[in-house]
Amino acid sequence: MSQEVLDLIVKKVDGFLGEEVVGKKPEPPPEPEPEEEPKAEEAEADDPKAKARAARAKKAAAAKKAEEPKPPARLNFGKPLIELPSEKWSVELAELLRDDPELQFDFLSCITGVDYEEHMEVVYNFYSTVKKHYLYLKVITPREKPSVVSVDSVWKAADYMEREIYDLLGVDFPGHWNLKRILLDDGWEGHPLRKDYITDKKALGLD
Amino acid sequence: MSIKTETMTLNMGPQHPSTHGVFRLLVEVDGETITKAEPIMGYLHRGSEKLAENFIYTQFIPYTDRLDYMNAMTNNYVYCAAVEKLLDWEIPERAEYLRVITMELNRIASHLVWWGTYLLDIGALSPFLYAFRDRDHILDLLNEISGARMTFNYHRIGGVKWDAPEGWVDKVKEKVKVLRENINEYDTLVTGNEIFQARTIGVGKLTKEQILNWGISGPLARASGLKIDIRKEEPYSIYDRFDFDIPTQEEGDVYARYKVRIAEMYESLKIIEQACEQIPEGDIIHKKGARIMMIKPPAGEAYTRAEASKGEIGVYAISNGKNKPYRVKLRRPSFVNVAILQDILIGQSIQDLVAIFGSLDIVLGEVDA
Repeated sequence: MSQEVLDLIVKKVDGFLGEEVVGKKPEPPPEPEPEEEPKAEEAEADDPKAKARAARAKKAAAAKKAEEPKPPARLNFGKPLIELPSEKWSVELAELLRDDPELQFDFLSCITGVDYEEHMEVVYNFYSTVKKHYLYLKVITPREKPSVVSVDSVWKAADYMEREIYDLLGVDFPGHWNLKRILLDDGWEGHPLRKDYITDKKALGLD
Repeated sequence: MSIKTETMTLNMGPQHPSTHGVFRLLVEVDGETITKAEPIMGYLHRGSEKLAENFIYTQFIPYTDRLDYMNAMTNNYVYCAAVEKLLDWEIPERAEYLRVITMELNRIASHLVWWGTYLLDIGALSPFLYAFRDRDHILDLLNEISGARMTFNYHRIGGVKWDAPEGWVDKVKEKVKVLRENINEYDTLVTGNEIFQARTIGVGKLTKEQILNWGISGPLARASGLKIDIRKEEPYSIYDRFDFDIPTQEEGDVYARYKVRIAEMYESLKIIEQACEQIPEGDIIHKKGARIMMIKPPAGEAYTRAEASKGEIGVYAISNGKNKPYRVKLRRPSFVNVAILQDILIGQSIQDLVAIFGSLDIVLGEVDA
């Protein structure tokens, strides 16, 4: 059932945007350099070192596989997930998610800001109390000037959630009615949840 | 002839008895009518999400106790469940039962604290004493199994820390009977009281639309006719095995919230009774969870949610395959619910402020994280 919901969301979102954004297939990764096959384990089955080496090689291959780019629309633990660049995310698209009779994402559960060092992400978790389905929506924004349009006018729940992300991660939410720090002091410098934030241990009395 | 009046700004808090914590509310009043309300928070901010990134997975569990310290079991649970989802671990049956029993006992304790302190806020002293007596009996039971009265640190990634001591389940069964009688007594003592009703009926109404718009969950949502409860919507742990109802009210006022919480305590008792009957013998923790401290979930991310006594508590956990979480986002129901003050107070009279504020049942440890 979740796959159907995902297909429906992709159809609606791409239909709204007028181009293939979330439905796009990822480009295949460049062919990896042919690697030396680890020597057949059978010959040295008794040698524990060879066994460990083989296990490591297997692990590395699995890790490589995990690094393959994921499609922007996929199932994450059985729930639909889509990715969007921040310039495609808009109040109108948010309204579509909320008001479309087949989608009806009327409940905004949670907004999470994540600093991935090369970019930033704002993840929305939606739930429909009518249709009983879910959506992870990831909005990707550059790290130098992170900015994601505010959906405070669509779901009021975003009011505090966006302020918290602004406060702790420094993501700008243009269109927010009252964007200012919420948990930290007004005069606080920096955004603690950024990965390059340096904790001043002295000021905190830890040193 | 109309008289020109000026609005006045009132500062409530940060040290106000009715907030049961450090919280400031700026209200603008025109005569006796509230025209604007601005919550100011963060006095208890401890940077929980930042701390999580600096600890190994197991070390963060005690910090979840300190969010909503009235309902720490569910906080423990939802964090562990989020990591378990990434790990894809199967949890032993007995552990799941112990989790449900402790979570539901804790929910009753939390609702009793609300019941007692709320009535205290609006001027009834004695219910507080009754509520805390029963709540203490529950805390004694939880203390026996976890070793702490409020900050339990009981659930573990993969199960629970301790098995129930001998005779504990029977003690719980006995206590359920006593609690049912006592809650019934409290119900008859207060619910029909004329003064209480005069202060709560029709006060601080919330419509279904407001609830959805502001992302409100838990008893507040159910008091406005929205039948959502994560235990039923998306049964986690083993909640799909129990027979219980979701109490709702249509009115959406303070009185409706009161009635929903009272009814919920009876439902929790029902769940505990069934769980105590069904609980099997067996392991209490996943064999890997018991053995290794250094848990390394495979890279991935997931949002996990559970029904706490205040509403939807969620954890968005991101792993990059290392021994520390890359990011832990805590969706705290009190933090989301408190935003409604900006809307719910408008047009209400100033003497109802505390009656409305108290009915939201927020805990500042959770608001400020």
